[in-house]
Amino acid sequence: MTIALYVIAFSALTVSFFKSREKTLLALKKAWKSFENILPQFLSILIIIGMMLAILTPEQISKLLGSESGWYGVLIAAVIGSITLIPGFVAFPLAAALLKSGAGYMQIAAFISTLMMVGIVTMPVEISYFGKKATIVRNVAAFGFSFIVALVMGVLL
Amino acid sequence: MKEKMIKFIKRYRIFFLLLIINTAVLVIFPNLGKKAFQLTGSNLLEMLSVLPPIFILLGLLDVWVKRETMIKYMGDNSGIIGVLLAFFLGSAAAGPLYAAFPVAGVLLKKGSKLSNVFIMLGAWSTTKIPLILFEASSLGLKFMLIRLVMDIVGIAVIAYITEKALSTNDKNEIYQKALKENKH
Repeated sequence: MTIALYVIAFSALTVSFFKSREKTLLALKKAWKSFENILPQFLSILIIIGMMLAILTPEQISKLLGSESGWYGVLIAAVIGSITLIPGFVAFPLAAALLKSGAGYMQIAAFISTLMMVGIVTMPVEISYFGKKATIVRNVAAFGFSFIVALVMGVLL
Repeated sequence: MKEKMIKFIKRYRIFFLLLIINTAVLVIFPNLGKKAFQLTGSNLLEMLSVLPPIFILLGLLDVWVKRETMIKYMGDNSGIIGVLLAFFLGSAAAGPLYAAFPVAGVLLKKGSKLSNVFIMLGAWSTTKIPLILFEASSLGLKFMLIRLVMDIVGIAVIAYITEKALSTNDKNEIYQKALKENKH
């Protein structure tokens, strides 16, 4: 997918360049500016994630999320998912490993859902674009939604 | 020159502070600190590999797509087309959720409807196509399908709730922010 994205971006850039040099340059300038604009926050987030994942190892997570842990485990899973930021390509194998080592489907569903939709660490960035109210409402709604996903998973799987 | 330097330090102060903390951890707990730095390094590489095309497309979108066009397809009266387009934009993207915020900023600046921007964010966070395929292979097709169906509904509902929670004033402020954010 990343390669596809590069191909698309490069093709678009080429077409743009033949249509108007000035506009293409302006687009690149804008691209750089919006990147540099958010770079300090990106870098801070990366360090926080690094430290958090160094402390919270997969073994510790799997201890907390056993299938007998019930709704208490679901809650812990949802909280862990909300505060951590793990890329999807790491999260799914991790979730599969957790299931194998005894975690329940409900807990894993809650973990995956909040992991992707709720972002405590990234809240300052979100607030800078959407303001406090929208950010809080979106994250709380997504947090609540994760419990519904967990419930449905618990019933169906 | 000096002013520029001060501005630079001010913007990056939290990053520098975290860097110092992590270095202190490295000195006091070498194993933990080393692991943290390694994780940060690999995440940084992943971020740098995925972000350039996103921001290039963002710049091109900003320069070439007229406000009127965006309003027509994703604005207040765009209806189902706006919703589908928002789902598609988010699902076709790559990269972590925080990379979606600048994209959201440009969409807002160009006059996209707020709930459509929230749908784009929701899709970006959970229904990304390569991730879905990967999810199916690691957690099973059934798990993936249940989550996908629920997510599509959930994303729309969350977008609707978030927009309803905001007053006209709140919304205007968000649009003002988007205009300002992309100016300098």
